[in-house]
Amino acid sequence: MAADVFTLNGRETPFTPGQTILEAAGAAGVRIPTLCHLEGTLPTGACRICVVEVEGARTLLAACTTPAAAGMQVHTESPRVVAARKTILELLLASGNHNCAAVAGDGARWTDFQLRVAQTEKTADLCPAWGDCRLQELAFQYQVHAGTYAPPDAGPDLEDVNPMIVRDLSRCILCGRCVKACNEVQVNKAISFGYRGSRTRIVAAGDRPLIESDCVFCGECVQACPVGALVERKAGYAWRPWKAERIRTTCPYCGVGCQQWLHVQDGKIVKVTGVEEAAPNRGRLCVKGRFGYDFIYSPDRLRTPLIREGEDFREASWDEALDLVAERLKAVIAAHGPDAVAGVSCARSINEDSYQMQKLFRAAIGTNNIDHCART
Amino acid sequence: MTNSFGEFARARMFVVIGSNMTEAHPVAATFVKNAVARGARLMVVDPRRHALVDHAHWHIPIRVGSDIAFLNAVMQVLIAEELYDKAFVASCTTGFEDLRAKVAGYPPERAAAICGVTPEAIREAAREMAAVKPAMLCYTLGITEHTCGRNNVVTVANLQMLLGNMGVECGGVNPLRGQNNVQGACDMGALPNVFPGYQPVVNAEARAKFEAAWNVPHLPEKPGLMIPQMMEGLVSKKIRAFYIFGENLAGTEPDIRKVEHELAAAEFLICQDIFPTETTRFAHVVLPAAAWSENDGTFTNSERRVSRVRTASAPPGVAQPNWWIFREIARRLGHTWAADSAQALWDDEIAVLAPALAGIRYHRLEGDGLQWPCTREDHPGTCVLHKDGDFTCGRGKFTPVDWTPPAEESCSEYPLVLSTGRRLAHYHTRTQTGRCEGMNAILGEETADISPLDAADLGIADGERIRVRSRRGQVEVKAKVSPRMPRGLVWMAFHFREANANWLTNPAFDPVTLTAEYKACAVRIEKTG
Ligand code: SF4
Ligand code: SF4
Ligand code: SF4
Repeated sequence: MAADVFTLNGRETPFTPGQTILEAAGAAGVRIPTLCHLEGTLPTGACRICVVEVEGARTLLAACTTPAAAGMQVHTESPRVVAARKTILELLLASGNHNCAAVAGDGARWTDFQLRVAQTEKTADLCPAWGDCRLQELAFQYQVHAGTYAPPDAGPDLEDVNPMIVRDLSRCILCGRCVKACNEVQVNKAISFGYRGSRTRIVAAGDRPLIESDCVFCGECVQACPVGALVERKAGYAWRPWKAERIRTTCPYCGVGCQQWLHVQDGKIVKVTGVEEAAPNRGRLCVKGRFGYDFIYSPDRLRTPLIREGEDFREASWDEALDLVAERLKAVIAAHGPDAVAGVSCARSINEDSYQMQKLFRAAIGTNNIDHCART
Repeated sequence: MTNSFGEFARARMFVVIGSNMTEAHPVAATFVKNAVARGARLMVVDPRRHALVDHAHWHIPIRVGSDIAFLNAVMQVLIAEELYDKAFVASCTTGFEDLRAKVAGYPPERAAAICGVTPEAIREAAREMAAVKPAMLCYTLGITEHTCGRNNVVTVANLQMLLGNMGVECGGVNPLRGQNNVQGACDMGALPNVFPGYQPVVNAEARAKFEAAWNVPHLPEKPGLMIPQMMEGLVSKKIRAFYIFGENLAGTEPDIRKVEHELAAAEFLICQDIFPTETTRFAHVVLPAAAWSENDGTFTNSERRVSRVRTASAPPGVAQPNWWIFREIARRLGHTWAADSAQALWDDEIAVLAPALAGIRYHRLEGDGLQWPCTREDHPGTCVLHKDGDFTCGRGKFTPVDWTPPAEESCSEYPLVLSTGRRLAHYHTRTQTGRCEGMNAILGEETADISPLDAADLGIADGERIRVRSRRGQVEVKAKVSPRMPRGLVWMAFHFREANANWLTNPAFDPVTLTAEYKACAVRIEKTG
């Protein structure tokens, strides 16, 4: 057999030395499920949902940490693999307040559980990640029901004091993606694994709420969390992926120009996420780009033209306001020349607006008195 | 930026000067931090030990406004110790002898006294800069917002040319632009001296081209006024009608009292905005505009990337896109313009008139956009400018300049220096971020950041309310005693009206660019009790 070829589900598949089974399979279009794996960070093999069967190996191996090797025979969906994944998923589902239909196997027990969750979370809605949860998706894919293990008795583990982010660690599956997002992607070093053994949980320094920690609310951890343990406060239970449309746009704040997905529901932006793989930000956003969108819905917005009357303003129609502007401009130009008019454009608005304003000044008014805060 | 954010991850070395990247350009900073984690070197030159310094190999805390002295001394060492890139200098630049003569006047011993660092630190910096090639130099407003801002900019370019770091991947001179579309507003010709695409208004050919395109017999040839001149013109009556689109000048310009006096003097003030602001209080007419995500268009980021902005929701009331408002006014002045959408403006006018944008069309912007220059419809765009020493007008020219002190230096009455900037969770005068749920919970009030040494001298405790006074005004604000601050420096932002640093800042301007010296003015602080 040629070098750098292994067998994947019976097919000869090329790989580049150093590639993991997960990467080589991905390149060949074979999807192996993952939970803890986060693009661009070091794999840990923690969740083991990516296990595959390698002929000759005693145990199943984690595809994210096992390098592909020449001649290796790999099965990604063998009965042994599927059975192992089912067990992992059942245990994960039973480990926390996963109150979605994925756990609705046993009617009576589920209803009790759901009622308890609803009471503590003060909403009858199912988990806010419903429809956007890797665990739920995999549970459906592998037809896992929670019947095997009893739902947990533990109540929610809610940290509800932070702006922007709600943490409910009772839904945390300890995959560690948030820790990688915070430490390896954004390098903010605000959260890590704390405590030991069965008490292991994700904590900010000193197990304090995020708002009292080094957290800068970039929300990278929320974007990385595969389940409902980290949720955008403003999106909360309102955002439901099947109701929302995704529109790509560019951040309105700084000159990095991050690419955003606007999640729009009933004509309103309900949350913002980074566009993975896009230049320049590769899915990343900062606190302003991720959470600074709702100013457009402020009741303070200007809704109609205003014309000064003494110390106050009165509302006016477009025609009235624009006629007044044109009359006054004409009068100034007639009396003092076009250079008695000056304008400042906006460095936050679109190119087309700045183009149009300088054209208005140069072509229609007849002056080069047009500037913007180019240097600040 | 001559180079691109995509190169950050692969860069081998960064020199970051006058840029508080983790707060002002947070996502760009993440790529620098990733590179450092992978082994890249990071040198931060900044008076403050800001958060990026936590990741740096070297921090050189030069005094506010001493950049040119520092950089000239670094170049003096590079030349004296023959550490500069002789091949690049010989083949791609002119004016080296002038540079050598100028920087000879800046031995590290002299610069050290100006910069407040040791001569050894300057020598070491020069040697480290020469040791790793290429290096990306990044700067922000710490370089430009000085009375010598333009000279600061040419000096960082001198350094990168001397090191041979121009025209290569993972090198270059990289100003991170403050506002999302400040690059675009420049490209579009919202400047008093150039048409779109940087074609000078004094150039008869350029005027003829735009006269034909815009169907007007005559375009003005005299460069117009810059913002500070316009503002002064309001008082002198040189300017009778003033049109402010989207800028809250009464919060963002230095010396708010002076600015408000000027705005109040306007005979006719038009404000076009999305919110009532401190500035619209002075308006005679206020025009309501559609905001970000309420109309289609494009932004151009710091790396010259033109990206789409798309509509997500409808503007409130009868607010309209800005370009529509300008078009309606033009019509009332007797000019009927065909373009009736942002796309038509771009595809039919901007791309046709600006050569560097000629290849960019809306249909090409669906994915990651395009970086100009992009001159033909099959051009892939340009990540790295001046590739292989190919500068816009032939060779790169060294422009040696002397250091000059800030317009206002500390003195016995005002013994401290105030420097200003932005903080992470807010943007400018907070007209937008202040209205986003949660932002005020992250940062709810302004502070004056001071060093523990100054705090101890003055008996000021962390969190105590203090008064900061300059020759122009005073504010009351909470003190934040921070080990990140050097002795002698006070640092504030301009996010909150009451404690806006611009009550204090000095309206002294760079003579060429008329950029204000936001980064340095003399203040004193006192206890309020
Ligand atoms: S929001 Fe950002 S800084 Fe805060 S914990 Fe999450 S990743 Fe870390
Ligand atoms: S909070 Fe989410 S991302 Fe973090 S470990 Fe738990 S499940 Fe994983
Ligand atoms: S998300 Fe943050 S870093 Fe990115 S463009 Fe917006 S403000 Fe800048």
